[in-house]
Amino acid sequence: MKQLVLLLVLFAALALVPAFVGSDFWMNLIIMVIYAALLGQAWNILGGYGGQFSFGHAAFFGTGAYTIAVLQVQYGINPWVGLVAGGLLAAAVAGFIGFATFRYGLKGSYFALITLAFAEVLRILSNSVPFTGAGVGLLIDLDPSAANLQFATKAGYFWLLLTITFAAFLTAWWLGNSRFGAQLMAVRDNEDAARALGVDPFRVKMSAFLMSGMFSGLAGTFYAQYFLYLDPSIAYGSAVSVESLLVPIVGGLGTLFGPLFGAVALHTLSEVTRELIGDLPGASLVLYGVLLVLVILFSPRGLAGLVTALGLRRAAARAGKKETRA
Amino acid sequence: MPDLAIVLPSVLNGLTTGALYALVALGLTLIYGVLHIINFAHGALLMLALYAVFFLNVSFGVDPYLALFIVPPLMFALGYGLQRLVITKASHGRDENILLVTLGLSIIIENLALMVFKSDTRIIDTPYSFEVFEIFGTFLPQPKVYAFIGAIVTAAAFWLVISKTDLGRAIRALAKEPKGARLVGINVNHVFAMSYGLGIACLGVAACLLLPSYYVSPHVGQGFVLVAFTIVVLGGMGSFVGALIGGLIIGVVEALGGLFLGESLGQIGIFLIFIVVLIFRPTGLLGHKV
Repeated sequence: MKQLVLLLVLFAALALVPAFVGSDFWMNLIIMVIYAALLGQAWNILGGYGGQFSFGHAAFFGTGAYTIAVLQVQYGINPWVGLVAGGLLAAAVAGFIGFATFRYGLKGSYFALITLAFAEVLRILSNSVPFTGAGVGLLIDLDPSAANLQFATKAGYFWLLLTITFAAFLTAWWLGNSRFGAQLMAVRDNEDAARALGVDPFRVKMSAFLMSGMFSGLAGTFYAQYFLYLDPSIAYGSAVSVESLLVPIVGGLGTLFGPLFGAVALHTLSEVTRELIGDLPGASLVLYGVLLVLVILFSPRGLAGLVTALGLRRAAARAGKKETRA
Repeated sequence: MPDLAIVLPSVLNGLTTGALYALVALGLTLIYGVLHIINFAHGALLMLALYAVFFLNVSFGVDPYLALFIVPPLMFALGYGLQRLVITKASHGRDENILLVTLGLSIIIENLALMVFKSDTRIIDTPYSFEVFEIFGTFLPQPKVYAFIGAIVTAAAFWLVISKTDLGRAIRALAKEPKGARLVGINVNHVFAMSYGLGIACLGVAACLLLPSYYVSPHVGQGFVLVAFTIVVLGGMGSFVGALIGGLIIGVVEALGGLFLGESLGQIGIFLIFIVVLIFRPTGLLGHKV
C-alpha cells in the first residue's frame, strides 16, 4: 500500500512538471527519461516479474510504431485509433511468439534468441514491403491538434506519455500485490514447484507477455507521434531491445521503481558523457555496455538492490546501536 | 523452374559460405554444450578477429592465410581471459546473468570498434582475390574454395580434439555432468575457460578464411551471429555434426533465397527456418533435449 501511495504521489508530482519547466530542452530530456522508464517497465513486466529475458522487445515497439504510422499515412486513419490498434497488435505479436515458445517450455537462452530472431524478421520485412515505406521510412505529416494526437507544446506529449507510463507502473504494482503477480513470480523462481502447486505456467507467462508487448507497443506509438518519422532500423533495430532490458536491469529487476531509477541513471550518464566527449558515434552505447557488465558483476539486483542493501545496512547499524545502548 | 546453370553455382556458392557459417557455429555450439550459455558476444568477437586479420595484412603485409598462425591463438587467449576474468565472475549462479554479460560485452566491443574504426567497410587486396576455380562447369572464387576446405579441416581437427584428447574428454565430462567432473578432479574453471577459448579460436580461423572474400565493418558480426544461432538451433544445441550440416544447409538456403527473392529479402529464409525449427523441433536435427 505504501508503494501505491508513493506511486500516486510521484506521478501526480510529475504531472505538474510542465508548469515549472519552461525550456523545451529540459522538457525533451524529461520526456526521454519517462519514455525510457516506460520501455523498461514494459520489459520488466515480463523479464523482471516473469523471469523471461527477451532480447527482441523491438518486435513489439516497432509493431506499435508502424501500426500507428501506417494507418495514418497509408489509410488516413485517426492516430487515436492507431494508438489502440498499435498496442493491441503489439500484444498480438507477443501472443504469437509466446504461444510458439512457451508451449514447448522454451526459456532462458532459447527465449532470448527467438525474440531476437522475430525482431530481425520484422526488420527485414519492414525493409522490403512497400506499405512501410521500405528502407526510406515513413514520414507522418505535421498537423498539431489534440484530435490528431500531435501537440504544439512538449507538455501535451508529456501528459500523453505520462498517462501510458502510469498505466504500465500501475500494472507492475498490481503484479507485486496480486494473486496473479504471485503466481508469475512463483513461475519465475521455480516453474516445476509452481506447477505442482496448481499454477499454469503457460497461461501465467502468456498473460505477462501480452501485457509487456502491449506497453512496448504503446511506447512505439508514442515514439512515432513524437518524432513523426520511422524507419526499419529505428523501429525494429537492436537499440530499442537493448534499452528496454538495460533500464530495468540497471535500475532493479522485478521492482516497481527499478525502471525509473534505471532510466534516470542511464540518461544522466549519457548526457554527462555527451557533455564530456561530444557526440562520438557509439560512445554512449559503449558506456551502456560497460554499465550492464558492471551492474551484473557487482550488483545483480540493480540500483534498487543497492538502495535496499544500504537501507538494510543502516537498519542493522541502528539496531546494533540500540543494542549497545541497552 | 530456372535453369540448372543458374541454380548450381548458387548452390556451390552457398556451400562455401555455409562451411564458414558452420565454423562460426561450431564455436557457439561448443560453448553452449559445455557452459550451457549462448554466447551473445560471438558476432562481436568475430568482428574483432576480422579486424585483426585486416590490420595484420594492411600494416604488416601478413597474408590472411599466414595469419592463421597468429589470430586464432590470440583469440584463444582473449576467450580464455574473458571467461575466467569476466563471464564466470558475473554468473552469481544464474545462467541469465551470463547471457546478459555476453550481450554487454558484445555491445562494448562493437561500439568501441565503431568509435575507433568508424563505420567504414574495409576489404583487403590479395593476389588471389579475383582468381577462380572451375568446378562442375561453374566458376568459384579461389578464396571461397580455400575457405570451404579450411572449414572442413578445422571441423575435423576440432572433432579430434574433442573425442581423442584428455582435454576433450574433460570437456565432454563437464558438459554431461558438471558435479561428477568436479568430483573426479577436473579443474572446472580451467576447462570452462579452455572451452570458451577454443570456441573463440574457431572465430579466429573463420576470420582468416573469410576476409579474402569478404569485408569487415564494426557491425559485420551481427549478420553472422543470428545465422550462427540458427545453425546451432537447426543442428541441435551442442551437436558438432549438427552444426556442420546445419551450416551447409543454411548457406544453401541463403544463396537460393538471394537468387529467388533478392538480396534484402533473401535472408528471411534463414529466420523462417529458425522459427519453424524452434516451434516444431526445438531439439534440432541432431539434438537430444532442450
